[in-house]
Amino acid sequence: MLLLSIDWSFIIEKLILISVILGASLGVATYATWGERKVAAWMQDRKGPSRAGPFGLLQPIADGIKLFFKEEIIPNDANRFLFILGPSLAMLTACMASAVVPWGPSIELESGRVIALQVADINIGILYVFGVVSVGVYGIMLGGWASNNKYSLMGSVRAASQAISYELAMGISLIALLMMTGTLSLAEIVNQQHGFWENGWFTWNVAKQPLGFIIFLVCAFAELNRAPFDLPEAESELVAGYHTEYSSMKLGFYLFAEYVNLFISSAILITLFFGGYNFPFMDQVAGSVSPVVFSIICVLVLLTKTIMMILFFMFIRWTIPRFRYDQLMNLGWKSLIPLALVNMLITGAIIIWVLN
Amino acid sequence: MNPHQLVFWILSVIAIGGALGVILSRNPVASVLFLIVTFFAVSGHYILLNAQFLAIVNIIVYAGAIMVLFLYVIMLMNLNGDVEPQKSKLLQFAGIISGGILFLVLLAAFKTTQLSTTPINASTSIGLISELGQVLFTRFVFPFEISSILFLSAMVGAVVIGKKD
Repeated sequence: MLLLSIDWSFIIEKLILISVILGASLGVATYATWGERKVAAWMQDRKGPSRAGPFGLLQPIADGIKLFFKEEIIPNDANRFLFILGPSLAMLTACMASAVVPWGPSIELESGRVIALQVADINIGILYVFGVVSVGVYGIMLGGWASNNKYSLMGSVRAASQAISYELAMGISLIALLMMTGTLSLAEIVNQQHGFWENGWFTWNVAKQPLGFIIFLVCAFAELNRAPFDLPEAESELVAGYHTEYSSMKLGFYLFAEYVNLFISSAILITLFFGGYNFPFMDQVAGSVSPVVFSIICVLVLLTKTIMMILFFMFIRWTIPRFRYDQLMNLGWKSLIPLALVNMLITGAIIIWVLN
Repeated sequence: MNPHQLVFWILSVIAIGGALGVILSRNPVASVLFLIVTFFAVSGHYILLNAQFLAIVNIIVYAGAIMVLFLYVIMLMNLNGDVEPQKSKLLQFAGIISGGILFLVLLAAFKTTQLSTTPINASTSIGLISELGQVLFTRFVFPFEISSILFLSAMVGAVVIGKKD
């Protein structure tokens, strides 16, 4: 009776959706490594990967095969279990946040069945993302500590303090946004940003919370450990930071998790501030095509915006030099947190005295 | 047994196993990791009670922030199972006796307790964030503000200690 009481078609539908989303995020992440090298090459007036396949498009696959076949080395004094758990956790938490992103509007089939293009519409959606982000630092911390190497330990200590410091400013900047939307559910937040222009103002949240967006973006850079905040792996001081002792596919997991994180957090940034899958004149488009085609267009719009966001992250990485550690802490605690608090106060005042 | 009960039992086993791991493992880092597992299991229980907000706040605050700081301190102190100082025999003996007395008291207390057979489910949406906010900012607004002042004073205290060179 236990097996009969479960709605199997629902589970199968969700399983297919999860596999597609996981496959897509891994695929995008794979080609983000290629894109990063091409962007870097373009900005430094080089050619970048160009030998494997046309435009070097097979390069990520070649890299993957290379990493799989490299010799796997576990240091003698390392804690074996935690050494393996580190990269696994990094990869797991990188994939977990994709569960609450609404990838497109729900499709209503002719049989009356509604298929949601979101794995789980939980009413605490954005807090779930925060939970995953705050647990994500364990992968780096455990890997760095288990390596039993001073450089690795320094890298993981830096990663932990950086993540905790910037989570605060990120949370406060998001509170201002949530005060305007009045909901934590990501699907609801996207629905409120329907279209592009309404009642004489943009519907996208970036136009309603410009300061909040900038604070959130800077904190996202820090949480992703990307340049200019890539201090945990500062190669000029710490060799390679927390993954100094890693080799083979475990190193690959760390590097790859960074790109999966990049993709998912770009998608979340787009969802929160740039209207998710909404685009200008979407009502006219929805009227002229079938619902399934419309959903596919919406998913493609979201992916396009996400890829533009990823490109922005890459441009910043190859433009701005790395911060010093005290500069990083000063920026986080003395600039971003007060700025986010001021933003929250202004938002509250506007909601009370202007919008009402 | 319905799926709800099945999940309850699995979570309970994980929670109790994790809690035992915290006190039984010799390596402090392993203890912290077991504690994190316990927090996750407890969050699972909150979700079963439909208290999603509490569940996620438990993960963000305890598993995500406080445990990271614990791990941070333990890593920097480089505590390992073999360098941990051995307690003297007298202390161990005192520990066993006081633990045994506590166990007796608990046993006596549990023996006379009557388990309420009627489950308390006043409202299934009581743990959702909107209900929680309503209650916190209307009925319990005074204790809520008092506790935030407590946190503020703790923060000021930390800054004062940190400033002292």
